[in-house]
Formats: sequence, structure tokens, C-alpha cells
Amino acid sequence: MNVLHFINSFFSDSTHWHGYDGIPTRLREHVQYSLIALAIAAAIGLPVGLLTGHTGRGGNTLSLIATAARALPSFGLLVLMFVLIGFGLVPVMIPLVVLAVPPILVTTYEAMRSVDPSPVDAARGMGMNEASVLFQVELPVALPLILSGLRSAAIQIVSTATIAAYVSLGGLGRYIIDGLYQKNYEKVVGGATLVAGMALVTLGVFWGVSRLAVSPGVRRSN
Amino acid sequence: MIRIDSVTKRYPDGTVAVDQLSLDIPDRSITVLVGPSGCGKTTTLRMINRMIDPSEGTISLDGADITKQPVNTLRRSMGYVIQNAGLFQHRTIVDNIATVPRMLGWGKEKARARATELMERVGLDSALAKRYPYQLSGGQQQRVGVARALAADPPVLLMDEPFSAVDPVVRKGLQDELLRLQEELGKTIVFVTHDIDEAIKLGTMVAVLRTGGKLAQFAPPAELLSDPADAFVEDFLGADRGIRRLSFFSSAGLDLKTSPIVAVDSTAEQIAERTAPDVPYLLVTDLDGRPLGWSEPGALTAGAVDTAQLLPYGRPFAAGKDSLRAALDGAVLSPTGWAVGVDDTGRVVGVVSQQAVGEAIRSAHAAGRSSTKVLG
Repeated sequence: MNVLHFINSFFSDSTHWHGYDGIPTRLREHVQYSLIALAIAAAIGLPVGLLTGHTGRGGNTLSLIATAARALPSFGLLVLMFVLIGFGLVPVMIPLVVLAVPPILVTTYEAMRSVDPSPVDAARGMGMNEASVLFQVELPVALPLILSGLRSAAIQIVSTATIAAYVSLGGLGRYIIDGLYQKNYEKVVGGATLVAGMALVTLGVFWGVSRLAVSPGVRRSN
Repeated sequence: MIRIDSVTKRYPDGTVAVDQLSLDIPDRSITVLVGPSGCGKTTTLRMINRMIDPSEGTISLDGADITKQPVNTLRRSMGYVIQNAGLFQHRTIVDNIATVPRMLGWGKEKARARATELMERVGLDSALAKRYPYQLSGGQQQRVGVARALAADPPVLLMDEPFSAVDPVVRKGLQDELLRLQEELGKTIVFVTHDIDEAIKLGTMVAVLRTGGKLAQFAPPAELLSDPADAFVEDFLGADRGIRRLSFFSSAGLDLKTSPIVAVDSTAEQIAERTAPDVPYLLVTDLDGRPLGWSEPGALTAGAVDTAQLLPYGRPFAAGKDSLRAALDGAVLSPTGWAVGVDDTGRVVGVVSQQAVGEAIRSAHAAGRSSTKVLG
């Protein structure tokens, strides 16, 4: 009886591959929760980080909020939201978003601040407007760091989205929580393996995105 | 013309960067702002394209106050070159250069064609077009910076210490290139530097600023060297001001002697014929007429000249093109005290002694201000 044995028997059991509790369904749910949470967190973190980084104002306030948000326990927040709001996707999304905003916000701000000031000065001096300076001069250079912030946020979301199962939602957390409850360790290990696998896939996706989106001129000079 | 009229820049903390500065910057020439750090030269430059707004006074371009047009329109009409070039590292060289034309709404193909043309203009191999800035040397990056500033053919070029981050050899190449470009393009260039030699080499007019943003002197470089306005300017110009001033006197008036020149295959009669009591040495040239070295007439054996035994001839000057400074330098460098004048192909056109150079200097000084600037 070892972990590999559990993994083997979990994945070779054909009943685990279909139905509402099958691996494809749970994976789809998990991806869905993760993507929604990442999209919301990015929609909050990216614009705020880009603007504060571009103007250089509000950095202190930003890191204060980020530190506070990091100190919030996701699980505690989930239970609190569940009590306040009840069943549904919203009480799950709130702790995931709170978890993901700080890394996105802080790295985006830092990435923008670390852009070499001389091309920015040159761009302004040749008559580029502020929006173009931000999107055409600063952002392309800051992109690798910004993507790394998004990546760590995404990985934290993927591993934490398991808590959705605590409030009767789906996702890969179902296997872990149900398995623990039923003392079915094969299920627990199988679920954990799937979560770990998804984290690895997330890494791969971000690697691919940065290959495509980051200019070779930036990739090589950093 | 760019007119800076009683401009003061005072910061909220009370620091005065520029103090009641008035300058008329002439068209189609290079005006250099030079001075020690903290003299407000960069601040002055940045006020011209409104990167900084003056606290008092006005700046006008061709009679119109620069604050009367949209700031980005103004900036797009002025090329801007900064230290370290400030290239966009995510864009290829050709796209860096095409930036302003693209902003002005040119099509991609037209802008790239223009950029490629400019690469050639500033002496960049067109094979570099698709490279990224990190693949270029500092000097090449700076050339890209200049090309980018020239891309939309602006009448004005603002250059903020553009060559101070590269090594002296590369810097000299970039300065020569700028002078050559200026001869072709005739832009109104405002150039900031802390290097007085650079200012004297490049400037048509030089404004020396002192700490606290006050104008110490505004004059052509030759006048700066001959008549520094005060002790500060004199001190800033450095110790060998007299020698440097010679750069502004042409070697055209030198009396070049052709008699003490012999070819390496000369016969004994030719050597004897060239030997004169007033010429202690003979200059030996190769068969094409290029200098090999000096020799005492008695040490020369016809048909068997040992070139290894010849005395060095220093650095030859381009006769009529180089300045008296180059001629004097050549004379001082050779142990014989004679300078060698050559033509464009390096063939000897004549030799001149230190004494003769000295006389030319005295008569040039006597001729006074009628001198014109000679490069090199």
C-alpha cells in the first residue's frame, strides 16, 4: 500500500472516468472555478498595478493592502462568506480572488517600476501620449514580470480551489474531501494528484504564453 | 530660430536650476550648452520641448510661443536624443527608428523604408535592421538613437549628452558623424554636454553656463578660446587653451618646402642635390611618395637605404585641410622638429619646420578674428 499504488488504482478504475463525479466533469469544474477567479483577480490587479506603477503613486498604500489581504486565511474567509451569503459560487470566488489579487497587484506594480526610465523619457520627448507610453513602451518590457505574477496567482488559485468542495460545490476538491470523509484514501490521493497535475499544466501554459507574448528583445536582455 | 527669453526654472523646494537665461539659438547650426553639473544645461534643453515648464519667461520657436501648440505636436517636430540612446528593447532597430513616423500616421511600409534609409545615413549596416537593441554595441545604439530622432525629418534636434556614455574612440567617431550629417541636413541642433572639448569641436555657438543656471558666455568657440569672458570660463576651458585655439587656424598658409624630400631609390647625385645647408634632414619617401622617415644626409647611401635606421616622422597633417594645431603637433612629435604635410592619398606634398609653424601662428593671431573654423 503506497501512494503509487493508490494513484494506479484510482486512475485505472473505469467508474472514475464518467458520470457527474467522473474525472472529466470534476476537471472541467475545477478549470472553470480557477479561470473565473483568475479573470476577476486580474481585472482588479492588473489595471491598478499598471496605473500605480506608471504614475509611481500609491505604492505604499498598495503594499499595505496586499500584505493585509495575504494575511486573510482563505478557508476562514470561505466559511464566513458561506455563512453570510449562503450556497453558491460567490462565497467561493471571494477567498480565491482575495488570494490572487496581491501577487498580481504587487508584481505588476514592481514590474512597471523596474522599467528602465530612459526609453520612457525618450518616448515622452518624441511626443508619445501617456497611454502609448504605458502600453507600447512600459508594458512590453514589464510583461515577463507581470506574467510571473499572474502565474503564481494562477497556481495558488488552482491549489486552493479545492475548498469549493467544502461548500458543496464540485471541482477536484470533491475527491479529497469525499475521500477523507469516506476514508477512501485512493480517492484522496487521486484528487491530490490531479490538482498537482493541473498546477503543472498551468505552469506550462504560462511558459507558452510568455514565449508567444514577450518580445525576443526583452526575453534575451533580461 | 529658438529664442529663450529671460527664462527661470525654480523648483518648489527653492532650488533655482536656470536663472534669467536668455539665448537666441540660430537656425541650421549646432548650439552647444556646456557647463559643470548643476548648471541647468539639461533643464534648459528639456524646457525647449516642454519636458519641463519654465517658472518664468518664454521660449519661442520661429516667433511663436511654444506653449501655444499642443505639447505632443511640438515634441514630434523636434528630434530628441538622450544619453544611453533610450531605445525600446522590445522593438527591432528598424521599428525603433520608425517610431515617430508611425505616430505621425505613416504606413508601416513607408515608415520602414524611411528607417532603412536613415540607418544608412547614420552609418549603420542595414543587416542590423531586424536585430534588437541588446545585440548592438553602445556606439551603434547611439547611432540608432540619432536615426530615430531624425526619422520624421524634424527641423530641430535636441541632444542631451548623447555621446557621454561611450568610450573616447567611439565618441570621436560619433562626433565626426554628427558634423558630417549636419553638413548634409542643416538642422537646428541644441546639444548639451559637460565636455568642453566636445563643445568646441561641435559647436557653431557655445553657451557656457555656470552653477546656479546663469549664462557665463555665449560665443563661437574660437572667440571663447581667445577671449574668455571671465575667470570661470577661462578655468572651465582648461590649461591648453592657446594650443586648442590653433584648431581654428588653417594650415593653408604654411610655406611647405619640397626640397628636402628624396625617394628611397634616389641616386647619390639626387641626394647630394637635395642637401642644403639650411635643411639639416632629408625626408625619405617610398616609390609612391608616402613618407618613410627622416635621415641626416650623410647617413644615406644611394640604392641601399636602411629604412629601419630612419627617424620617425610623427603624424603627418593634411596640408591645407588640417589646422595649425595638427601641423604643430606633427612638428613636435618628430625628433627632427619638422612636420610632414600630405595630400588626401597620403603622399608627401611638403615639409615645414617648427619655426615656420610658429611664424604662421603669430601671423594668424595678427590676422585676428577673420579666422574660420577648421575641423580636425
